[in-house]
Amino acid sequence: MSDFVLLGDEAVALGAIDAGISAAYGYPGTPSTEIMEYLLGHSNETDGPRANWCSNEKTAYEAAVGCSMVGQRALVTMKHVGLNVAADPFMNSPLMDIQGGLVLAVADDPGQHSSQNEQDSRFYADFAKIICLEPRNQQEAYEMTKEAFELSERFHIPVMLKLVTRLSHSRAVVTRGKKREENKMEKFKNKTGWITLPGISRKAWSHILEQQQEFLEYTENSEYNPLVINGDLKEYGVITTGLARNYYDENLEELTVKPSHLHISAYPIPEEKVKKLAEAVDRIVVIEEGYPLVERLLRGILPGEKVINGKMDAVVPPTGELNPDNIRPALGLAASEGLSIAAGNLPGRPPQLCRGCPHEDSFNALNDVLADFNESIVTSDIGCYTLGYLPPYNAIETALCMGASITMARGASDAGFHPVIAVIGDSTFMHSGLTGLVDAVSRNVNMTVMILDNSTTAMTGGQDTIVSSSGLKQAVLGLGVDPDHVKEFSPLPKNRKENAEIIRKEIEYKGISVIIPIRECIQTLKKKKGTKKEVNK
Amino acid sequence: MKYDIILSGVGGQGVLSLAAIIATAAMADGLKVRQSEVHGMAQRGGAVQAHLRISDSTIHGDLIGRGKADMILSMEPVESLRYLDYLKPDGILVTSEDPFENIPDYPDLERIYSTIKSLPKSRLLKAKELAKEAGSMRATNMVIIGAAAGELPLGEDSIINAVKDLFKSKGQAVIDTNIRAFKLGGGNIS
Repeated sequence: MSDFVLLGDEAVALGAIDAGISAAYGYPGTPSTEIMEYLLGHSNETDGPRANWCSNEKTAYEAAVGCSMVGQRALVTMKHVGLNVAADPFMNSPLMDIQGGLVLAVADDPGQHSSQNEQDSRFYADFAKIICLEPRNQQEAYEMTKEAFELSERFHIPVMLKLVTRLSHSRAVVTRGKKREENKMEKFKNKTGWITLPGISRKAWSHILEQQQEFLEYTENSEYNPLVINGDLKEYGVITTGLARNYYDENLEELTVKPSHLHISAYPIPEEKVKKLAEAVDRIVVIEEGYPLVERLLRGILPGEKVINGKMDAVVPPTGELNPDNIRPALGLAASEGLSIAAGNLPGRPPQLCRGCPHEDSFNALNDVLADFNESIVTSDIGCYTLGYLPPYNAIETALCMGASITMARGASDAGFHPVIAVIGDSTFMHSGLTGLVDAVSRNVNMTVMILDNSTTAMTGGQDTIVSSSGLKQAVLGLGVDPDHVKEFSPLPKNRKENAEIIRKEIEYKGISVIIPIRECIQTLKKKKGTKKEVNK
Repeated sequence: MKYDIILSGVGGQGVLSLAAIIATAAMADGLKVRQSEVHGMAQRGGAVQAHLRISDSTIHGDLIGRGKADMILSMEPVESLRYLDYLKPDGILVTSEDPFENIPDYPDLERIYSTIKSLPKSRLLKAKELAKEAGSMRATNMVIIGAAAGELPLGEDSIINAVKDLFKSKGQAVIDTNIRAFKLGGGNIS
């Protein structure tokens, strides 16, 4: 059929459309964002499957489970740390009697291009005892998405599709296959299939454990786990997972004798295939993109007969992402060399706030006030404004996870520290800030929350927020913050002095206050102006 | 045939549209293409790079190995040198000479230029000036493509068609400006 040039993320979206999904839910997070963006574009153009951004990954995951409950297929998307937020429904959903296919597409970020850690989502799949598929190119991303929905309905479990940045954000040609029709909407028949009362979920848990053998049969026989034995080379064999296979293939022509090789992209780990490889070789080199999941299992604790090399003995770099160069030592290849001319010392060029960014004006006003205090704490959160840590702003001091600015500020204030200011973005506030603010209101904690409202989810490219600017203040008031201490201002250079005065007064107020600086992100503003121009033509 | 290109610049300079044009042209010539991009936080005014791989046979991965790139194509002189160890000994570096100074410790430009000129093969372009001459500063990246075109294993017509394709929604005047910039880039090496 037809060919498309697609990002790995877009290939997943197309795969989901062709798998006959009825709905997709997600929260933006690099590198997963483009899956939903493709689906949103598609549903606008074709009246295709419903696609919605949600408040956070947990609400998105639960909405997808609800869709499955009425028999239809649903995709849910997030970045790796988003799965921490969705971990509660994720861990319990295998206990549900999944009807419509439920697929979680989760994108990891080895190398932390745009993330706070490089956790490996395969451990979550293992933890939840479900099947995980790990594509290594765009075509596989398309095909494995369709396969994941089939597996979900065959075994009545959610299935994880694990992506990484270099796949999500790389383009290649994808050949499209057949499109399947959507499932009919139909309420579940199994009355014990959707409730987790202990007596019922104990049985469901036993059932999942019994199913492990069936999952293994699938992965042992899957063509996604190819094993090639070369009887001529006993010295070592190779196991690859994920994108490591691409870099291995890239270097293969330099190996005079090709080693026996097992590539794993369908989990649970196909144990028989691993044993067959081990029988053929004395030493196994494990090259995994992500944490050493397979390697750890191979090593165990008690000494084995085989020598294992990988990330745990640093034969493969234990941190960061793999590439064609850094796996060469593991294959016994010399480092590849480039040009002999050195570029000399080049200064780094870290990302920074755009010129004219409203956050800059909020930071300037805040810094003006805090200059008068000997000591202060500014907790912050995940978004463009995290860049306010860097010079020239040096405005914020912490970032733990989504929403933690408010709750960490509460802890510090409870301990007696003053002044404590929590700086959070509007989208992050709706994601995970609300509950923390409720906590702070309940004890009238002496702290100041600044919700930087740029009316978009800026860092990931300007996705619409769940609640508009006008709704934000209503939400804050609804949580019980004293209306006299909910202040809005416009962060502009000309307002710096009066904005600083507002901040100063609220810091001096002994109790919880919320300040909302409101000015649209200049990137989304530019985009809108651009579209307007086009329309006017 | 295999041709690997590292594209570099500062977030917002149009590095991805450079890559898109070359990729479109390569596919029109019946070649296989893989292109790795940078999205998210790094796009905010930081150093960005993209890997573009063109081949008539299977391309295994999205990333180019050290010392394997046939070309470094850059929108900014300092950024053109950041990935120098990826360039083959006989590879070529093509870059705009116009600095993007958004860091406090921006290095001495003459030192940067002389390093670039010391390479076996390089082209340093007054890209902004040429783009202005073509009719718009926004066509700066077309000047860069024009300078690279002769080295790429692609038909010039395919590249020009890709430029037309990219700007088709913007009208004939914009297309003409960009093609003028492309042609000016081809003949003007400082």
